[in-house]
Amino acid sequence: MAVDARQPNSESAGSRKQKSPANMLFRALGAVCCGAILLLMAGILLELLSNSQMSIRTFGWRFLTSAAWDPVVSKFGALSSIYGTIVSTLIALVVAVPMSLVVALFLVELAPKKLAGVFGTAIELLAAIPSIIYGMWGLFVFAPFMADHIQPALQRWFGAGPLFSGPPMGIGMLTAGMILALMILPFISSVMRDVLQMVPPVIKESAYGLGATTWEVTKDVSIPYGLRGMMGAIFLGLGRAIGETMAVTFVIGNDHKLATSLFASGNTIASTLANEFTEASEPLYLSSLVELGLALFLITAVFQIIAQLWLRYADRNGGAR
Amino acid sequence: MISRWTLSLSILAIAAIAGCGKQANPPGTLGNTGTTGVTINGAGATFPYPIYAKWADKYNQLTGVKVNYQSIGSGGGVQQIKAGTVDFGASDAPLKSDELDKADLLQFPMVMGGVVPVVNVKGIAPGCLQLTSDILAGIYLGTIKKWNDPAVVKENPGVTLPDKDITVVSRADGSGTTWIFTNYLDATSKDWHAKVGFGKSVNWPVGIRGKGNEGVAAYVQRLDGTIGYVEYAYASQNKMSYVKLRNKAGKYVAPSIESFQAAAAGADWAKAPGFYVVLTNQPGEKSWPISGATYIIVHRKTDKPEIAKATLDFFNWSYTHGTDMAKELDYVPMPEGVVKLVTEKWKSDLTANGKPVWE
Repeated sequence: MAVDARQPNSESAGSRKQKSPANMLFRALGAVCCGAILLLMAGILLELLSNSQMSIRTFGWRFLTSAAWDPVVSKFGALSSIYGTIVSTLIALVVAVPMSLVVALFLVELAPKKLAGVFGTAIELLAAIPSIIYGMWGLFVFAPFMADHIQPALQRWFGAGPLFSGPPMGIGMLTAGMILALMILPFISSVMRDVLQMVPPVIKESAYGLGATTWEVTKDVSIPYGLRGMMGAIFLGLGRAIGETMAVTFVIGNDHKLATSLFASGNTIASTLANEFTEASEPLYLSSLVELGLALFLITAVFQIIAQLWLRYADRNGGAR
Repeated sequence: MISRWTLSLSILAIAAIAGCGKQANPPGTLGNTGTTGVTINGAGATFPYPIYAKWADKYNQLTGVKVNYQSIGSGGGVQQIKAGTVDFGASDAPLKSDELDKADLLQFPMVMGGVVPVVNVKGIAPGCLQLTSDILAGIYLGTIKKWNDPAVVKENPGVTLPDKDITVVSRADGSGTTWIFTNYLDATSKDWHAKVGFGKSVNWPVGIRGKGNEGVAAYVQRLDGTIGYVEYAYASQNKMSYVKLRNKAGKYVAPSIESFQAAAAGADWAKAPGFYVVLTNQPGEKSWPISGATYIIVHRKTDKPEIAKATLDFFNWSYTHGTDMAKELDYVPMPEGVVKLVTEKWKSDLTANGKPVWE
């Protein structure tokens, strides 16, 4: 069995070599690298804070609650961008997480070995496609498809309602979310696959021995065992979706208005920065764009903190192993 | 054991790479003296990048002078030249003369382009739809909502216009194209001036937004009943369905290099401080009403005479020998009269270490 290589009792083995110079060197190297990351983060935060001072002083908290975005009269508010960032990311996760889980389960539990290899490679190749390609493909191929088939169908099935009102133009929040889902799918599914592969066969086989079906083993053994890793996978996807720029910019419609309809145009923080940063020459305009970046930084941090708290809660309740 | 081997191997590999890196840069490639080795650095607007790159390439072949142009955007170009990190900056929108004076800069127009409204209305061929500035402003304000609005019908006798909603497309990214287009609407429509104004990005009242010319073009070509605006080069190369506009003289004109040049010729460059001329709504029977120049910005005083001279040499060569290349790429060369004014300005305004750079 190939399980032993990954078993977590390598601590005792590690202590033997603790004092060798190579180990010391590696330890120092690791510490320096980690320290550099911390420094970098602190530096980014400081830079964002200092460059957004003008906007923070001018608009105060209103920056976060106003959806006005008018460069001509220098009035800026981040609400529509923050809303768009969160909504498009949520759509992406709602679509991508179940799909990734199914893909990972198929690859680990159901697919024949040879096929699993081919599928796995194909999915990982998806991750190597540059985001501009997703954007162009989204604009020229996927958006017309959404406009002609998916959006009218959604309106037929669910009625226009608040979510699906407006003309089906193919671009907008929903399309952006779908493209994002496609982009994060390979990340989530390949990590989930690795997590599921790490479930010790002994545990699974005992469950099978008790007469559990594949679904029951998956639901009650594999998923709880790998919950922490899967959450990690989801947050990896979330991190990528929340900051994705190019692909979103092409299909989201880039409108600074708040709309409940998923068919309507919107914008995300990253897409606004991509669109407007190069040609923003007014100091207040630039400062507001930097403050948008600061907002994205903080949103990501908040998501991470929520995730950590949730994991701790899950641990306490015995959800994870 | 194995790990130690791989470790030392990778160290060797890194050392080898570092060594190669050093060798790849033999002494003498940098810091060469004499005109052939001069490198001029510029940065700024994205709109003229294709023609600047083409000129730079050809000029390098002919003279050995290297011109690096980075299309980082007009805003970036202005900042870089102010900070003195580049030898010239480039901007799609001209700077006001007080801003130029504050930083002791000189700007001059390099090449022109036009902005063209494009439509996709079933049954209407390119150039068959005629619009006035009021109608265009009405459409972009959302007050004219249908293609068969009486105002549109009145200007287009003999054209069958459908009873279809107008979908308005504009640029999502900040751009000189938007600056010129909104400047035109601002200059011609009181409503537009009161409600929107002009700039590289504005708060559009209606419609959808595409990124870049290609984004706008994609929406216009795909959706029926749309109107958008793109650079002339983009419209002409993609054979988009352009619109005829009524100019200040009351004549309907089609977008073409001639009609852009007519607009530039009609403008009063001599009296404009800092060449701040906006080529929208210019007089002249043949003038296309939405065109604009893209600008080069240099320091008035420098302490690097060779670089300053080489920079002006390049631009002078582009003015005199680059016109055909510009036309090939659907840019509009500056009229000779304007070039003469520019070179005179070089003579009177530019100095290096107190001596004139251009004689």
